Amino acid sequence: MRHTFQTLAIPSRAGLMFGRSPRPVTCGFGLTLGNGAVFPELNFTLPTMALDEANWTAVVAQYEEIGSMIERAAPRLKLPGLVAEFELLPPMTEHPSWGAQITGILHQHLKKLYEEHGIPCALRVTPTDIRDVTKPPALRSGKPLDQLLQSFRECGSSGAHILSIESVGGKEVHDEALLYGDIDGIIFALGVLAPRDVTFLWERIVEICSKAHVVPGGDSACGFANTAMQLAGQGMLPEVLAAVIRAASAVRSLAAFECGAVGPSKDCAYEGPVIKAITGVPIAMEGKSASCAHFSPVGNVAAAMCDLWSNESVQNVRLLSGSAPEAYLELLAYDCRLFNAALQSGSGSEYQQLLVDSDARLSPQAFVLTPAATTRIASAIVGHKNHYGMTLAAAKEAVALLEEARASEELTMNVREIEWLARISESLEALPSDEGRIISLMQERYGHLFSHESYGL
Amino acid sequence: MKELQDLALYLEQGQAQKVIALTEQLLAASISPQRILNDGLIAGMAAVGEKMRNGDMYLPEVLQSAGAMQASLKILKPHLAREGAQSRGRVLMGTVKGDMHDIGKNLVGIMLQGAGFEIVDLGVNIPPEKFVEAIKTHQPSIVALSAMLTTTMLNMKSTIDSVRLAGLSSYVKIIIGGAPVNQGYADQIGADGYARDAVLAVDKVKQLLGISA
Repeated sequence: MRHTFQTLAIPSRAGLMFGRSPRPVTCGFGLTLGNGAVFPELNFTLPTMALDEANWTAVVAQYEEIGSMIERAAPRLKLPGLVAEFELLPPMTEHPSWGAQITGILHQHLKKLYEEHGIPCALRVTPTDIRDVTKPPALRSGKPLDQLLQSFRECGSSGAHILSIESVGGKEVHDEALLYGDIDGIIFALGVLAPRDVTFLWERIVEICSKAHVVPGGDSACGFANTAMQLAGQGMLPEVLAAVIRAASAVRSLAAFECGAVGPSKDCAYEGPVIKAITGVPIAMEGKSASCAHFSPVGNVAAAMCDLWSNESVQNVRLLSGSAPEAYLELLAYDCRLFNAALQSGSGSEYQQLLVDSDARLSPQAFVLTPAATTRIASAIVGHKNHYGMTLAAAKEAVALLEEARASEELTMNVREIEWLARISESLEALPSDEGRIISLMQERYGHLFSHESYGL
Repeated sequence: MKELQDLALYLEQGQAQKVIALTEQLLAASISPQRILNDGLIAGMAAVGEKMRNGDMYLPEVLQSAGAMQASLKILKPHLAREGAQSRGRVLMGTVKGDMHDIGKNLVGIMLQGAGFEIVDLGVNIPPEKFVEAIKTHQPSIVALSAMLTTTMLNMKSTIDSVRLAGLSSYVKIIIGGAPVNQGYADQIGADGYARDAVLAVDKVKQLLGISA
């Protein structure tokens, strides 16, 4: 049964605080998230190596090594708790038993950590969305969907405590529209196609989680908003476009929570604060300590409302200090000590303000992630009757925030950014309010890229 | 010639209608289609590439210019064929086996087309044998391989090895690109070149084919 959020779970910016959420989640081995502390979420991946049947023993050895490292490093760092995330690589989802085997190995290491050292912990597992192998993608039928759902089932029964995904429905249109800076296509992909696919997928994921007694975590607009963020970071797209996409992408990620996801949301879902404001669930975020995986202009502000603090992904390679995952676990541990010391001393709000102030003036993408902007974007989203209306409202609110910030000189933008902001605003205002009309318009422009069956259209 | 300079400028500004109108006007004035291509379109796209390299143009604007070039080329192509004009070279491209990423590859294709090269894009998740088969069919001068994952970049090597085993390596130059690779990796796997981004990929292809401008 789909739940529609009509009001904000956290109605004021003052309530949006790291480490605290109105709907804490208890999972794994005695770990409660969002209940007054921030915990590290360590994410890791393979070094450069073949991932196939012939090399499988070596692949397994990598994850054994990482699991052993966590067991050793977590007590050394005196962690109050942690989440380890295993993001499957495509072949591990195509062969569900492969992903399940690694899940089982990591589960055993965390179990030992809890039993021998009393450190609360949980394992998040994220199968890869492999449904985009065909063009246009067949999202609602076929072998990749079967493999994906089977991967969820097998990981769920092999020891995952939280299941998540970075789903790709709508990306086939979004990618094209993004490159051309076509706002109509971007909003259509984010507000019409993507939420339909997220709903289809999460109705099934929630059911699988329920049967396996696993927490349905959340989805991420990584393939959409993070692609925009990376292209903007390389100077290929305006930052204001990436900022508006970030706000608009919250709606497609919210659809997972409408279907029963309960958090923690995915680390790469930088739209997480909006999800937290609307739903009250704990969120995972990543920023400065994820520079091992990618760069961003939101390194500090991204931490302002997090409940889990992640490194996104790091290869299991040697550094001078030790393994890269261990080095990043230490970074996250110190970040989290600071969050938690601030909360315990009653200085949470002051520390949060520093995290916000140090980034928000420097980038439109950072500006839309502040608690104040988050509250406004979340308020704009709730109450609309469909995802398209919600997405359009979020995008317009982001534009309004950026225009106000420019006018008040809270945010500095160059001429080209200002021109683009005006162009985005005009395009949004010209979009029809009726979903049927946008579907018909975009069918003409992008109909060759997507299949109607994949979205129940 | 002023009209050719105007054509290059309209192209740089992404003004497709003006580019189309001027192309037709120049053909009607019996200006050689090869000259229109070289001194108008390719010159315009070279300026676009330079602006992109310097961070003065965003991708949507680049693509608008590329779209204007395509519209003009559509008009020019029959004339070029009649004149027996040769393309600057054919580039076969694809993302290697196991990898579904294609944004970077597509950008390289667009920029190479803008520089006057003919593109054969095989798509994503292309196994080595399909590259070999396509080299035999399309006889490209350059093969461009893309990968985004540390676990799929290894398939660049298997693709290069397959091309070599098929006895085709002396007929084509192979370049690679993508987030996890660099010049060192290109050297290690026997690629002829590496480019960090789409603009540099055009430079690399020109360099490998001995094209100066």
